[in-house]
Amino acid sequence: MLAIGAAQFKLLERLCNAVGVSGEEGEVRKIVLDEVRPFADEVKVDSLGSVLVTRRGTGRNRPRVLLDAHMDEVGLMIVADEGDGIYRFQTVGSIDSRQLSGKQVLVGRDHTPGIIGATPIHMLGAEAYRRKVGIDSLRIDLGPGGSASVGDRAAFATRLRRAGPSILAKAIDDRIGVAILIELLKHAPRNVDLCLAFSVQEEVGLRGAGVAAHYFSPDMAFAIDSTPARDLPVHDGRENIFYNTKLGLGPAIHVSDKYTLHDPGLVRFLQETAERSGIPYQLRQPGGGGTNSGAIQPALAGIPAVSVSVPHRYTHSAISISRVDDWKHTLNLLHTSLGGVTKDLVALRA
Amino acid sequence: MAELLPFLKSLLSVSGLSAYEIPAARLIEEEWRPLVDKIDFSRLGSLHALKRGTGDFPRPSVLLAAHMDSIGLIAKKIVDGFIHIAGVGGVDVRVLPGTPVLVHTQTGELPGVVQMPAARLLPESEQNRFPGMTYLVVDTGLTPAQVAKRVQVGDLISFDTSPLEMSGEMLSGHSLDDRASVAALTVTLEELRDKPPAWDVWAVATTQEEVSFGGAATSAFHLQPDLAVAVDVTYGQGPGASGWETFPIGRGPTLGMGPNVHPFLHKRFKELAQKLEIPYAIEPMPHSSGTDAMAMQVVAEGIPTMVIGIPIRYMHTPVEAVALKDIQRAGRLLAAFVTSLEPDFVEKIVLE
Repeated sequence: MLAIGAAQFKLLERLCNAVGVSGEEGEVRKIVLDEVRPFADEVKVDSLGSVLVTRRGTGRNRPRVLLDAHMDEVGLMIVADEGDGIYRFQTVGSIDSRQLSGKQVLVGRDHTPGIIGATPIHMLGAEAYRRKVGIDSLRIDLGPGGSASVGDRAAFATRLRRAGPSILAKAIDDRIGVAILIELLKHAPRNVDLCLAFSVQEEVGLRGAGVAAHYFSPDMAFAIDSTPARDLPVHDGRENIFYNTKLGLGPAIHVSDKYTLHDPGLVRFLQETAERSGIPYQLRQPGGGGTNSGAIQPALAGIPAVSVSVPHRYTHSAISISRVDDWKHTLNLLHTSLGGVTKDLVALRA
Repeated sequence: MAELLPFLKSLLSVSGLSAYEIPAARLIEEEWRPLVDKIDFSRLGSLHALKRGTGDFPRPSVLLAAHMDSIGLIAKKIVDGFIHIAGVGGVDVRVLPGTPVLVHTQTGELPGVVQMPAARLLPESEQNRFPGMTYLVVDTGLTPAQVAKRVQVGDLISFDTSPLEMSGEMLSGHSLDDRASVAALTVTLEELRDKPPAWDVWAVATTQEEVSFGGAATSAFHLQPDLAVAVDVTYGQGPGASGWETFPIGRGPTLGMGPNVHPFLHKRFKELAQKLEIPYAIEPMPHSSGTDAMAMQVVAEGIPTMVIGIPIRYMHTPVEAVALKDIQRAGRLLAAFVTSLEPDFVEKIVLE
């Protein structure tokens, strides 16, 4: 079993604290490149900015296996300068505007600190106060003389914290997938040619992964992501049947989402591997949402694909929460599974 | 300026909810002790610091009040490891989702975050607006069993947003309301260090302002000052705040005017500000000031009161923001005021 130790935490902390809003993933890319170079046979940064890593195995008839995790996170972009350090912004990727007021943000490549405030509660009537605030009426405030430029990205200024069995951080989606890919590279099974895509622009339309699939032309693909756990109690005590996933139950294997019916053979293979190895797992509730499998599966002449996610609560907000054990079990499910992968796994079955 | 910033940042880095002000009080006590002749606590926890005057006995005294308590949350019930919350003071639910907090348990602090459940777990009425406090939870990342063991109903929960230095010598953080004014009183005490006024000066860091003005009322009763000044934050102009009740950031303190303010004191402050070329704005308070002055004015046989405001942006959010020079100016103006008090000032006070 691979362990999550101090080195793994340190790397995840650097990854989550880094700013890499879709379209400007450079800061994460730099960490990834530094980590993968010593272990890779080939490293390429493609035209969109994804980091594409090949690590060849040994022996004959090796399957080419694509593992994908996206480097980008949801965030903000400055769209207008109103003077005196006040800026208008729009979201990059989906963020509920109710998650923005009262938060600190980091703006631009030099991480200029800023805040998103709110009209004082005292100045609003009881009715107006609870009304959703549109993004158009929010501002980033850097203070007088603050210099940001239109087009600068901004992200939540959260620093990762450990809390008992959990991690509290921004951008767990999908830096935890990035961390898992790096760890898998460091412990690469030799029976496969490992193709790693640290992809860009997932949050704005799965753009990097499809291109990466073209480059690698793999036999099969695993998209490693982080998916929401909506496992809080229902307000009136009824059973929560919309939980999507639950924290602490292990890696979430995707069967079906908005974009993808995941390859049934790969879903079964992951389940069987987990059960044989005593690794806990859960099946993500079929429904909306999507991962990079949605771009990889229809690429080229079709690539059998499955997604595996580490669950997190409070998606696309300043602070999400994941369990360390779910991270560890996801890493080990993938590591064990890769060791058992053959080309036959995705051969057409009647 | 150099000394003000670290002190204020340390004040913005601790909790100190209403009635539980001790973490803030300790820092203030340490900062004020070398600046005053006597320092102790009231029975409700307000910090009383006396700078002795040079005037003859019976020596009049002036009370300068800034509240050190801050708004926050309190654990209301615990369900499956999720802590349901109520507000202490006027908490704004709109800033809570995603806000880092510390849960103060009997066995130490636990980091956590306030969050809102996904739409499908909320009643329909709450899905498309800011969910009410009833529906928000604090998640510590601990398991339900761990939470049950550590957290109990009534545990306090404070904001854990770190202070942030902004451009233009602005500082942001939780509890600038009203620790910005505590910092201003510190500036005042430093100004008075080598030039004691004729009057006794009580610098008081009050408690429970956000819920009842209870600290200021009881301290004023106990200390029986001849005059009292409440120093509190006011609405700064900025995004989402531009009406008549807002004041520009970085252009000086406000001088309150209205039923809570004695006109003679107002006049004296205004004259001093003009003489010292300290920029200021007149803050109309048509009904009441919403400050400690409300309580102090009606203590015992009544006390002439004044309100000094320091404009901050985003009041009652974890990212309140202030211009440091407004704190400096408020502090200097207060020092000038107490220094200007002649031994017979009380007799001079007239309403018309």
